[in-house]
Order: sequence, then C-alpha cells, then structure tokens
Amino acid sequence: MINKKLIQRALPYTVLSIIGIMFFVPLLWVIFASFDTHATLSIKLPDEFTLDNWKAILTDIEILRSFGIGIALSLVSSIVLVICSALAAYPLSRFHIKHKNSVILTILFMSGLPMTAIMVPVYQLFVFFNINDSLVATMLFMAASGLPYGIWLMKNFIDSIPLTLEESAWIDGASVLTGLRKVVAPLMKPGIFTVLIFTFTNSWGNFFVPFILIQTREKLPASVTIFQFFGQHGMVFYGQLAAFSFVYTIPVIILYFIGQKYMSAGFSLGGASKG
Amino acid sequence: MSKKKSLNGNMYLKTFLFGLPSIILLLLFVLGPIIMTFYYSFTNMALTGAAASNTQFVGFDNFVRMFQDPSFKTSVLNTIIFLIASAVIGQQIVGFLVAYLMKQKARPFRRIIGILILAGWITPEIVVAFVWFAYLSDQGTLNIMLGFFGVEPIAWLLNFPLISVIFVNIWHGAAFSMLMYQAALDDIPQEVEEASRIDGANAWQRLWRITLPIIKGSAVTNMVLVTLQTLGVFTLIYALTGGGPGEKTTTLPIFMYDQAFVNYQLGYGTAISLVLLLIGITLSLIYIRFLKTE
Repeated sequence: MINKKLIQRALPYTVLSIIGIMFFVPLLWVIFASFDTHATLSIKLPDEFTLDNWKAILTDIEILRSFGIGIALSLVSSIVLVICSALAAYPLSRFHIKHKNSVILTILFMSGLPMTAIMVPVYQLFVFFNINDSLVATMLFMAASGLPYGIWLMKNFIDSIPLTLEESAWIDGASVLTGLRKVVAPLMKPGIFTVLIFTFTNSWGNFFVPFILIQTREKLPASVTIFQFFGQHGMVFYGQLAAFSFVYTIPVIILYFIGQKYMSAGFSLGGASKG
Repeated sequence: MSKKKSLNGNMYLKTFLFGLPSIILLLLFVLGPIIMTFYYSFTNMALTGAAASNTQFVGFDNFVRMFQDPSFKTSVLNTIIFLIASAVIGQQIVGFLVAYLMKQKARPFRRIIGILILAGWITPEIVVAFVWFAYLSDQGTLNIMLGFFGVEPIAWLLNFPLISVIFVNIWHGAAFSMLMYQAALDDIPQEVEEASRIDGANAWQRLWRITLPIIKGSAVTNMVLVTLQTLGVFTLIYALTGGGPGEKTTTLPIFMYDQAFVNYQLGYGTAISLVLLLIGITLSLIYIRFLKTE
C-alpha cells in the first residue's frame, strides 16, 4: 500500500524528468561541438576543449557585420513598433468610443494571420516601389507585421494601470499626450520592455523576411548569413557552425531571462487566448 | 449636450491621430499586400522571361493550373498532416501533459523542467533546424541512443522526413502550449478539485470530469492559435529538408516559395499565397469567434 502510494507520487516526477531530458538532449550537440575543432554530426565530448571555433566566428568581419545588421534591424524595428503600438493602444484602452470592440477584434484578427502568406506580394510591392533590398523598408515591414499583436499586448498593459493617476494630471491641466508621457509611460515600463523584448527576439530570429527582401550580401543579417554559412561550410566546419549558432542564440537567452522579470509582472502569453 | 458631443468628436480625432502611425504602417505593409494578393493571383507575373516585362491579367488560369498540379495536391496534403499531427495533436498533448504533471510540484523542480522545455522554444528557428539536422543524422545523437537498444542507425530525414519535421516542430513549439495550459490550470479554484477528491473521484475521473471541461475554452483557443502559427512555418522545414526528399515535406509555404522564387512564377506563387491566406483568414476568424464567446 505504502509502496503503491510512493510510486504514484514519484511517477509525475519521473515522467517530467524524462520529458525534460529528452527536450534538452538535442541541444547538447551544439554546446559540445562548438568547443571542438574536430566536431562531426556525432555528439561527443571534445578531446581537447578549445575556443578556436568561437574565435573563428567572432573574428570574421562578415559575420560580425551581419550580427551588427541583425541588431540594428531588430532594435530599430522593435522601437518603432513599441512607439506606434503604445500610441495606438492608449485611446483603445482609455476612451469610451463606439465600435472600440470591433477595432480590437480586427487587431486580434490581424495578429492571427500568418505573415508567411503575404511575403510574395510584399516582395512584389517592394520591387514595384523600388524599395527592394532596402534595410529601412525591411525594418518597417518587420515593425508593421508585429504591430497587431504589439497593440494588443500594450492595450492589456495600459488596462492594468489605474486611470485615477492620469485623471488628476488632466485636472491639473495636462494634455492627453503629456499625461501619456509623464504619467502612463513610466508605469508602462514593464509593458514597454516586454513588447520590446518580444519583438526584438522575433525579428532577430526571423529568417524568411530578410531572406526574401534583402539580396546584397553585405546587407544580410545574421539569421541569413548563418544559413549561408551552413550551405557553404556547414558540411565541413561543424564546430564553427555550432559556435555560430551558439553566439547567435546568446542574445535570445539573455533577453529571455531579462524578460522574465517583466513578464511575471503582468505579461502572460495566455492573454491573447483568454481575451 | 453640445459640449459633450464636441468632446466626443475630439476623442475620435485623438484616437485616429494616436493610431495614425500604426494605420499607415499596417496599410502600407500588411493590408496593401493582402489586397494585392487578390489582384496578383489573377496575373501571369514572372521574375524572368516575357511575362516579366509584360504582366497580363489571366483570369483564373493560375487557379486552374493549381488544381491540376499534382504538386499542389501533395503540398496541401502535407500541410494538413503537418498541422494536425504537430499543432492540433502533438503540441497540445505534450504541452498539457507537462503543465498537468507540474501542478503543485516543488517550485525548483518546476523551474528546471520548465527551462529544459523552454530552451527549445527560445532557440531561433534556423538554429533549431541545424540542431535537429545533427540530432537526426545517421551518426547523430538519436541513433547513438537507439544504438544502446540494438537499433540500427536510421537516416531519419531521408526515410521518415514528414514525421521528423513534425517532431521537430512539436519540440520547438510545445513550450508555448505548456505556458498556456499552466495559466489555464492555475485559474481552476483549488476548492473544485478538493470537493471532487472528497467525493471520492480518482485522479482519472478528476481529469476527465473536472479539469478538462473547465479548461476546454482555453484549449480550443490555444489549438487554433498554434495551428495558425504552424501554418506559417517556413524556416524550419526549408533549412532542415528544403521540402524534400522529393516533395515529401513540401508544405504550402515551401511550395509557394519554390514557385515564386525558384521557378520565378510570381503570379502562380501569389495564387498559392492566396490559398494560404484564405486558410489563415478562416482560422483567424474562428480564433476571434472563440475569444468573443469566452
């Protein structure tokens, strides 16, 4: 009887541990191979631990440039997105206007659409307006495609800030915009950082959009150069590919842990599903 | 009254002005392309050749061609299998199972398991593709592990390409569903479970009669949302198998890309995007429908 109870209690821990380990095992290869100059597709502990792969990646001017472009592209597009979405979300949260719910539902509807589906016409429009191969236009497209979800997140954050603070600012004669900037924005810091981190991570990891919209080699962000590296040297320099992958993933890991701090403060991915 | 009215008018103007930057960006980069999808689908636009300089309206030609194209049928079928196996079944079961088992477990344990599963989620898609390329290769980690049980090495990506891609996507996406189900399960009041426990319901009955009916709404919305995300998956498959071998892993996004940018048939490619878009619009309408009723 006691044994049965013990098994029953231990079972979830065992199952979860097995699932957890199985989830992590595929990633071990990248970690080991990145420190091994003789890495193959087989997983093995490096015979000698070396940073040569990391050095090769971090001293390659073209790769460094692609990291720089990736950071610029992601950072600027997420800043544009945060500013636009905060402005758009504010009246949607605060004002009592007709058809507000329809607007919000339309925004949610748009956030559900797969942006993959519009990449061919987007490419055609870029060619048509002669903005093909432009980093600025690509950056604006990335901001725009993330806007619906960004506005929705922002609106939820503003909803959670009590209205009374702004009202007293308005009574003191502040305009809506001043109220937004001086009173709401500081309180919205967690929301702003969450949306910023979320969209930065998305853009940083986005391969398809720059792959389609950017052609000049020197303009490609890391998400595309890493793919080209795989195509050109990947079959030989597995260690370097692993190191490249690792370096490319580090910003996402850091941002995730920074983001957690803010996310627990009010962000829940469930927000979109719970309405 | 008149004062209130002007205040209201002012409010509409302000809402519009505040929203203007977003409206412009969305019109230019999202709504514009969506509208153009409908138009371009009926043209013979091409990247090279005669049709490149002289694009013409061709009526339903692209769609006639599409429905006669065996590759289109294959990619629709692959997409359906991929969506059902990976988004509707796989990620839901794994996500729910983990969230359910984690309930009321020690916090450090929850955290460690959570991080192990989230690791696959935060890894960028392109890296996910490399990681699994190595993991599934004939000398890869999976075959080494199976070797302990006497299984001969298998070239997974060649012999079981679609199943492999499905598993990779479950691995990459499951954490999202886990988070959703954790949030939904946390919302169930403890008393409800307590009461059924006192009434003598066993764990299985509690799961089927109490827990699942309560979270049904969140489960359906999550399922639609994950299906929408999975519908747009391109990078993972493109970098892992390129849609092959043959057309075994060619889903609609890959087929669209191949036609538009490899075969240079932009008009035909756009017609395929239109199909993808219409599926997306339908699913997205279902999604907000569920949000509204909840």
